[in-house]
Amino acid sequence: MDILSLSAVELGKKIKAGEISAMEATKASLAQIAAEEPRIHGYVTVDEEGALKQAEEIQKRIENKELTSPLAGVPTAIKDNMCIKGQLTTCSSKILSNFKPTYTAEAVKNLQKAGAVILGKTNMDEFAMGSTTETSYFGPTMNPHDTNHVPGGSSGGSCAAVAARECYYSLGSDTGGSIRQPSSFCGVVGMKPTYGTVSRYGLIAYGSSLDQIGPITKDVTDCAAVLTAIASWDKKDSTSVKRADYDFTSALTEDVKGLRVGIPTDYFTDGLNLEVAGAIRAAARVLAENGAVVEEFDLSLVKYAIPAYYVIASAEASSNLERFDGVKYGYRTPEYEGLHNMYKKTRSEGFGAEVKRRIMLGSFVLSSGYYDAYYLKALRTKALIKAAFDKAFESYDVILAPAAPTTAPELGKSLSDPLKMYLSDIYTVSVNLAGLPGLSIPVGKDKKGLPIGMQLIGNHFQEKTLLRAAYTYERATGKEA
Amino acid sequence: MAKQYDTVIGLEVHIELATKTKIFCGCSTEFGGAPNTHTCPVCTGMPGSLPVLNKQVVDYALAIGLATHCHITQVCKFDRKNYFYPDNPQNYQISQLYLPIARDGWVEIETGSGKKKVRIHEMHMEEDAGKLVHDEWDDTSLVDYNRSGVPLVEIVSEPDMRSAEEVIAYLEKLRHIVQYLGASDCKLQEGSMRADVNLSVREVGSDTFGTRTEMKNLNSFKAITHAIEGERKRQIELIEEGKKVVQETRRWDDNKESSHAMRSKEDAKDYRYFPEPDLVPIVIDDEWIARIKNQEPEFRTEKLERYKKEYDISQVDAEILTESKKMAELFEATAALCKKPKKAANWLMVETMRLLKDNAMEPQDLRFSPENLASLIDLADAKTINSSVAKEVFEQIFLHDVDPKAYVKDHGLMTVNDEDALRQTLTEVIAANPQAVADYRGGKEKALGALVGQTMKAMKGKANPGRVNELLREML
Repeated sequence: MDILSLSAVELGKKIKAGEISAMEATKASLAQIAAEEPRIHGYVTVDEEGALKQAEEIQKRIENKELTSPLAGVPTAIKDNMCIKGQLTTCSSKILSNFKPTYTAEAVKNLQKAGAVILGKTNMDEFAMGSTTETSYFGPTMNPHDTNHVPGGSSGGSCAAVAARECYYSLGSDTGGSIRQPSSFCGVVGMKPTYGTVSRYGLIAYGSSLDQIGPITKDVTDCAAVLTAIASWDKKDSTSVKRADYDFTSALTEDVKGLRVGIPTDYFTDGLNLEVAGAIRAAARVLAENGAVVEEFDLSLVKYAIPAYYVIASAEASSNLERFDGVKYGYRTPEYEGLHNMYKKTRSEGFGAEVKRRIMLGSFVLSSGYYDAYYLKALRTKALIKAAFDKAFESYDVILAPAAPTTAPELGKSLSDPLKMYLSDIYTVSVNLAGLPGLSIPVGKDKKGLPIGMQLIGNHFQEKTLLRAAYTYERATGKEA
Repeated sequence: MAKQYDTVIGLEVHIELATKTKIFCGCSTEFGGAPNTHTCPVCTGMPGSLPVLNKQVVDYALAIGLATHCHITQVCKFDRKNYFYPDNPQNYQISQLYLPIARDGWVEIETGSGKKKVRIHEMHMEEDAGKLVHDEWDDTSLVDYNRSGVPLVEIVSEPDMRSAEEVIAYLEKLRHIVQYLGASDCKLQEGSMRADVNLSVREVGSDTFGTRTEMKNLNSFKAITHAIEGERKRQIELIEEGKKVVQETRRWDDNKESSHAMRSKEDAKDYRYFPEPDLVPIVIDDEWIARIKNQEPEFRTEKLERYKKEYDISQVDAEILTESKKMAELFEATAALCKKPKKAANWLMVETMRLLKDNAMEPQDLRFSPENLASLIDLADAKTINSSVAKEVFEQIFLHDVDPKAYVKDHGLMTVNDEDALRQTLTEVIAANPQAVADYRGGKEKALGALVGQTMKAMKGKANPGRVNELLREML
């Protein structure tokens, strides 16, 4: 038996049954990290010592029946924008390259309570700004399916680590597609839950009104299990929502009979790669064959999503990133004259080009005289987009779409044309603007062998509908390893 | 004839609210802790931390808004005000711009020239910043975030005031309202109430405003008065010289008794306000408003009128008694217990005020109980103790809230009414002071006082001075 090929839930069962120990699983993961990291570079920090110590303690607690979660003893990795007390948390930025938080993010705490073994922190686009994981201060992550290609971003490290079996599952964050798009590029399952489902406390903010933590897993069953573990109502996050039901695993049934699936025709335009379009339509047919009612419809407003998203996310980011100033923590320029020179040099040296671009963009759209024309207009657009989705969900239970217009681009081909890179977020950003849940599931590969992901979008709080549809698809097609 | 000018003044008043914990986290607001001991990830701006609104802040802001006749914004929001400074750990302040909690109110002030309404433009909630400590020796600056996140309201008036007197009356009015609500102690010197003065001048009769300046760092009523007078003069001089008043922020220097420009409108900061995405809108329903309205205390103005009617005391006395809610409460409770409002008023206005001054205390620092004061009044009334003993005992009540009956008994301070003992002492005093006796007999009334004094001294103050007087006259 290849221990690394097990899913998280399968491994959890075997650990509970005493067939495999948490220590064995952890050591196997660490060995895989040692073997794969030179090729993948999915991690910023691998906490070997800490992971072994956790495995030992967790194993004891499993044997004492203290830990009953399906994820107890299963090794995981956390995107490097979630705080873990005493552990380097960098956001893949020079400005936080030495930062050790004094507290742990709520979502991570929830995993710790479930008995997760945390292997380390995964690489990402700096402050989650990017679609390729190439803007990381620590260098890019490579796509495990072809290391000449990017893994997508910004949660590229988390997705690559799962795809390369360097962990059993991971946590990512999604502000405009940062879980779904790299999941699609790396051939794993990734979900952005409804805004407010997973606490943002301890998630280093990019776009506060859009950010949401979510699971990145090998299959749909794991996705449901991880979401069940991390979702919680947290009083420390005012935008956290108290939900009636936190058991997402009960959605894992093969039943899409009568499920109304809508495919937005406005997503299938010139920009969409034909191989991707073909794979998505084929996947839709699988759902139809299993009883779903699949139709095409006009979602409208699609072309306004990208500008609205970049205005809102950049505006919030420009403010959120003001705290990184060299005063309290993180990087401070070694030589400076006076306060303002210290601020200027620290931030000039500490942030990368993409982050600076978005800070400038965000500061501009919020500046006096431009606020109404940009920020306020973007907020109105956001409301209209939400209304368009509300209307669509009157007719459909699930909206089916690509996660990205192409498969993973080659390394080094994206950053030179940021506008083009921004446009590749076309299928994901509107979900964040509307606060909806979205899931990406692998539906095949292109000729080059690069994975293609299908995105399923649900109405608010309809994660279970997405999980049910994805699970049915997965079962019908035979799970991809 | 020289031109006549009007002064046009509007105020921005910051008031620190008396909550036990900070506005967006559970840290204590207590003053004077060791640096950075009342802090957490939220109020030190740690990455990933999030604010959670303290409801008590809304309660207090709502109470102030209602008491100042404001229109309440029933769906109000917080906004971020962005600016870089190390005392502000996030480099943005969570405040309210677009939908402040209260708008369009007024308070009535009274000055020598009568009553007048000063309109309130708006009032909003926000967080205070930390404190910078500059170490000149080391050439470094240190930050203390204990104050970071302490809740404030900012009350912005319309430019309705025309003199320093009106400004002081307005500030006093606000202070009384807020103190009576228990929403703040409003101490100007300690910074729990701070006022920025916006001032412009215009020729009498003009119906347009002149260019205004904003004056900061005013820590006392005296500083405010002087700053207003100084700024009025400065602006008139500029105009008379044919120069222009520049719209700018000026800083008052209390030692130099003058101000200097801090920054002009041209380099005014762009705060890039936008709605705070980490907080949800606050929905203030009618019940919430009703609950706060029901808790409203009797304010000073009404109390003052009632005292005059109910207790038959003068305007001046009523003003002193209602100066602070604490004093008024002590008065009412004491009067109710001993049924002697005039005497209760007297103790509070004379001895209490004197001791407050001697001990550098504020009325709100008063700690003694009305029971003990009432009991003292009864003792003095029954002539169980004489007036000088009563003062001595009151000081003990003031300082240590002692039970006067027990104290008088323990210290043997009861007035001596024993005629034999008194006559014995008087005989001795008369024998020992032949000169005074001769003077009195020679017609000098004053000499009697000296003899009474000698007697009181010999009896350690416990004699009844009235009786001593009578007996002395009789024996002489």
